[in-house]
Amino acid sequence: MAAAEMTGVTDAPRRARRRSLGWVFWLAVVWIGVVLFGALAANLLPLEDPSKISLLARRQGPSALHLFGTDHLGRDVLSRVVYGSRASLAVGLISAFLALLAGGTLGLLAGYFRGRLESLTMAAMDVLLAFPPLVLALAIIAYLGQDMVNLTLTLALLSVPASTRVARASTLAIAEREFVVAARALGASHLRVMLRELLPNVVLPLLVYTLILVAVLIVGEGVLSFLGLGVPPPMASWGSMMSEGREQLDVAPHIAFIPAIVMFLTVLSFNLVGDTLRSMTDPRRAAL
Amino acid sequence: MLRFIGRRVLYLVPVLLAVTLLTFMVASLLPGDLALAMLGDQATPENVAALRSKLGLDLPAWQRYLHWLSGVVVGDFGQSHRTGEMVLHAIANRLPVSIELMLLAQLGALVVGVPLGILCAARADSTLDRVLSGGAFGLLSMPSFMLAILLIFAFSVHLGVLPATGYTPFTQDPVANLVSMVLPAASLALVEWPALMRILRSDMITTLQEDFIAMAKAKGLKRRRILFVHALKPSSFTLVTVTGLNVGRLIGGALVIETIFALPGLGRLLIEAIYSRDFIVLQGGVLFVAVAYVLVNFIVDLLYTVLDPRIRHGRG
Repeated sequence: MAAAEMTGVTDAPRRARRRSLGWVFWLAVVWIGVVLFGALAANLLPLEDPSKISLLARRQGPSALHLFGTDHLGRDVLSRVVYGSRASLAVGLISAFLALLAGGTLGLLAGYFRGRLESLTMAAMDVLLAFPPLVLALAIIAYLGQDMVNLTLTLALLSVPASTRVARASTLAIAEREFVVAARALGASHLRVMLRELLPNVVLPLLVYTLILVAVLIVGEGVLSFLGLGVPPPMASWGSMMSEGREQLDVAPHIAFIPAIVMFLTVLSFNLVGDTLRSMTDPRRAAL
Repeated sequence: MLRFIGRRVLYLVPVLLAVTLLTFMVASLLPGDLALAMLGDQATPENVAALRSKLGLDLPAWQRYLHWLSGVVVGDFGQSHRTGEMVLHAIANRLPVSIELMLLAQLGALVVGVPLGILCAARADSTLDRVLSGGAFGLLSMPSFMLAILLIFAFSVHLGVLPATGYTPFTQDPVANLVSMVLPAASLALVEWPALMRILRSDMITTLQEDFIAMAKAKGLKRRRILFVHALKPSSFTLVTVTGLNVGRLIGGALVIETIFALPGLGRLLIEAIYSRDFIVLQGGVLFVAVAYVLVNFIVDLLYTVLDPRIRHGRG
């Protein structure tokens, strides 16, 4: 695990300043900003109602009236893509954050206390990992009901094992270091050691990993929506738009391609930002 | 070596037991009354009650679990309440499709990813390396279902050379079978090769800095021989791990790809079982997939010992 190699944690900021981030990185940041803005301000933007059906204007190509054209029900594709970003981003960001909280806590506890707690935690994660993730997600959503909250919780649960492993690996790498031993020797409580000594060193690799997790979870939401088990219709979602567009590939490929391109760019941006930041916080990779 | 295997097996038993428990819980959590669903809207309460007791649904959950588990241990996964088909039989019917898809996808990913990974490592930071690495990074952000749509558009709708859906069993017509598998396998392989390439590239760059590579160069060995014979094996640990994980994951069927291309694989079996509340099939199918996943990972662990003698002789 790359994070286990974190020996020069203190070098990271200096290295970051010296190495330029590059324009691709900033392009990705700008794109994430644009998509975030669209998701937050969708109501305020001059967009058509994303669920307004007009059967007279079905499967139209891009035009001045409909910049990205219309879908098989005559709904404005641009408007649906913007509103769809709400589902994708909300689910992706919130479930990644929940996984970060739960996995980070579990990993920190497991890596610090070791022993039986660690074995039990990691065995529980192995059980979760052995489960086919989509089947688990489908079954849980079938049980809890299909809405955004359950979708978010399910994807968060599926992401906990990986977050736990990252947090544990980072903790293990520093738990025996001098400053931790010194804090213990000075009589610091377990809680204080974990919060004041370990957490600041673990949180950085974990946050970077979470950025990549967001990309994975946006895809996850897309897959579930594509299968018809994501956000309930008529709410727009990139995955469900692609699924609807799949039927019209021969006459109006833009219906599937536009959400696909937007989703690809968003996932790519999160991956790019995450990967760039990781190569900075991880001296081993930066050296390559 | 034996102790290593023994310890891993001992660890697997509680993990697999927990998997059966979780599987059972998930399956019994599914809403809807199976007896009611089977009888339809003509059912009287007495009929439903009779069927429930016949199926054992009126027993407490832990009794049902133990009953199911005792069957599983001796290889009896039960039979579908809906179709009456034996669960193991249903799995055996679907498994070849998923395995064929998995093998073709892995083969494709390795055939493309490994040579390109070696090439990029050998010419690290050249223009070629930058272009390939950049392209690989872009492809990594494309989920397989998105690629499937693109491939269907290009090869089925636009060029009309490959079928978008449909499946022919291999035994019936091997050529038609392979033709129907090209797009599904390509959708998976195209997502996977960039990951394999990047991993191998990064590990191999590290290996190429080792002393024994300098030694091989000093001996005047050919560059190709050094790369493929001396450097590949010690660089392939992460590659083997990731390939193993992919194999384990895909044995359970590539659910989305099987859905898009209408392939009758294990993934479809599981999803149909969820939709129809056929929980015996779901339990058996998920358990089978989970066991396969755990076993594949176990085999990967054993492969390490083949790749690196130090693990064989050192600590387990």
